[in-house]
Amino acid sequence: MTTDTATAPRVLPNAFTTGKLPKWMPWPILAVSLAVALGGFGLLAGATGDGFNWIAGIILGVVLFVVANWVIARLVEGARQAADRLITSLVTGAFVLALIPLVWLTITVVANGLPTFLNGTFLNSSMRNVVGEGGGALHAIVGTLIITGFAALISIPVGLMTAIYLVEYGTGRLARGITFFVDVMTGIPSIVAGLATYALFALLFGDGVRMGFAGSVALSILMIPVVVRSSEEILKLVPNELREASYALGVPKWRTILKVVLPTSIAGITTGVMLSISRVIGETAPLLIVAGFTASMNYNPFTERMMSLPVFVYTQYVSPGTDAEFYIQRAWAGALTLILIVALLNAIARLVSHFFSPKLGR
Amino acid sequence: MTAVTARITAKKRLGDRLFSGGALAAGALILVVLAGVAIFLVAQSIPAFLIDPSEIKGSPSSFWAYVGPLVFGTIWAAALALLIAVPIALGISLFISHYAPRRLAQGLGYTIDLLAAVPSVVFGLWGAGVLAPSIQPFYAWLVDNLGWFPLFAPPVSGTGRTILTVAIVLAVMILPIITALCREVFLQTPKLHEEAALALGATRWEMIKMAVLPFGRPGIISAVMLGLGRALGETMAVAMVLSPAAVISFVLTGPQNPTTIPANIALNYPEAHGSYVNVLIATGLILFVITFAVNSLARWAVARRKEFSGAN
Repeated sequence: MTTDTATAPRVLPNAFTTGKLPKWMPWPILAVSLAVALGGFGLLAGATGDGFNWIAGIILGVVLFVVANWVIARLVEGARQAADRLITSLVTGAFVLALIPLVWLTITVVANGLPTFLNGTFLNSSMRNVVGEGGGALHAIVGTLIITGFAALISIPVGLMTAIYLVEYGTGRLARGITFFVDVMTGIPSIVAGLATYALFALLFGDGVRMGFAGSVALSILMIPVVVRSSEEILKLVPNELREASYALGVPKWRTILKVVLPTSIAGITTGVMLSISRVIGETAPLLIVAGFTASMNYNPFTERMMSLPVFVYTQYVSPGTDAEFYIQRAWAGALTLILIVALLNAIARLVSHFFSPKLGR
Repeated sequence: MTAVTARITAKKRLGDRLFSGGALAAGALILVVLAGVAIFLVAQSIPAFLIDPSEIKGSPSSFWAYVGPLVFGTIWAAALALLIAVPIALGISLFISHYAPRRLAQGLGYTIDLLAAVPSVVFGLWGAGVLAPSIQPFYAWLVDNLGWFPLFAPPVSGTGRTILTVAIVLAVMILPIITALCREVFLQTPKLHEEAALALGATRWEMIKMAVLPFGRPGIISAVMLGLGRALGETMAVAMVLSPAAVISFVLTGPQNPTTIPANIALNYPEAHGSYVNVLIATGLILFVITFAVNSLARWAVARRKEFSGAN
């Protein structure tokens, strides 16, 4: 043993942090790679005289960061930790990537739709006798509300009763069959629902039939399975003790369901119904086929063509008239209206489930 | 003594009978509706197989020559969308279930669910009016530099409204479905498996590779199948974004793109008349059969592992 080891103060390496990069390490690496990439593209823009390509700069910077982060971790921490860091950056990157279309879409819809949406005529006139500027989507908004309202009127009782059957009564093969086919029905393409409804109504009323109510029937085909699935999940959450207590008091089964099970789960059912409405209110294809499109107001769902908001957006976009820009502007304003309605329904659903759901946790 | 214990049965009240009968009728109605969809589609499609092909738009040599490119386009667009969406969706679900800070995770999940709330016609408007023009320079660059690769063969599309743009829009639309299901499945992984892996010294990624992914595999497969079903049936986004042609072509960035069955129906139906309507309905029947098979397969895969995965 030599003396100089004894004189130097011994620093014990911390066994838990040696050979590890500090936690904040990715941030400076990210900053440096972004700076390098953006700087490189800036120099390139200066040298060639082209515009500054900041999108390519950011993409290159992020790629540079992922590689640098992996290389540094590989050198300091070893292969296993480096793989862990690589996956962490990829997974986070996937999430950020998915946010890009969401933000981009929201910004463009609001920016393009807001001026026309607020121009005064959009919300209180129809497209009757309108060529070019002006006109509005009132006939489409009314049509959407009527068609979706009738669809809800059909779907909610049928869907809710089916859910009750599956949870309270159903056993054996029939219940299993219904569960399976409800699941399969969730995946019916919306245009197929439209075609099947057209085929039915063509048998009843002759070829070329178009009416708002047929649109409601088509939407119901899409809506019923969603209502069944969500109500079933909620009804299953009702504690069995409540049912048994009710039976023990001699209450018949139907009154138990009506007075105990449904009131307990009403908040969840309402949420599910709201979400299912918000899902079908944006459906375009079936309404294009069975409800048709028109420029005029139509309050009667049982005769004639009926406009709806998604079909309005579609027709304004695909068949612009003489002054195309006004048609495109109206399409964006219609899209904004549609998104606002869906957002409102979603917000109501979340509020209902937040304030009225039974507190199951202790 | 062999006393046969009589089963105690409740008195059959009128209310009970009405209620259970109503519930049963509603359940049976769903089966009737599904059968009705199939029967009406078949009934209206039969004339399509018998008519003179010259009545079909574009005058193909036979009904199947008309349907062939459509079926190809439908499957090709959906496959491309899956190829883009599945890795990203898996990343997002892992991020929400295992990487994001606990307090933020639920809110981030809602953010992705917001994508599912956007109506498809709005996606179509965005894809055709915003995404396609912005991405066209990138396609031009791809064709200039990678034109030797068959998928990017020249000429380049001048509008950017190609099958690749459609696939990107479809991928965005099916992301929330795949993400929601995968997230649920990943959260169901038994905590003990995860902790055991971590206690053996595994890094987070090794823990996911050893415990989470093997456990979630059936759930992932069924989520992907459901996403596929949605992508196959998506109408408006494709109809609005794509500039269609009746071709079979794998080129991603060219001006000649195969269209899909639902988009073709939506574009031609409003002006169709006579037996051409039946032809369109017959293509709808083919689409119904394809999606029905895909969805049944997905649901069967989930049901097989229901007791473990907890996914619906």
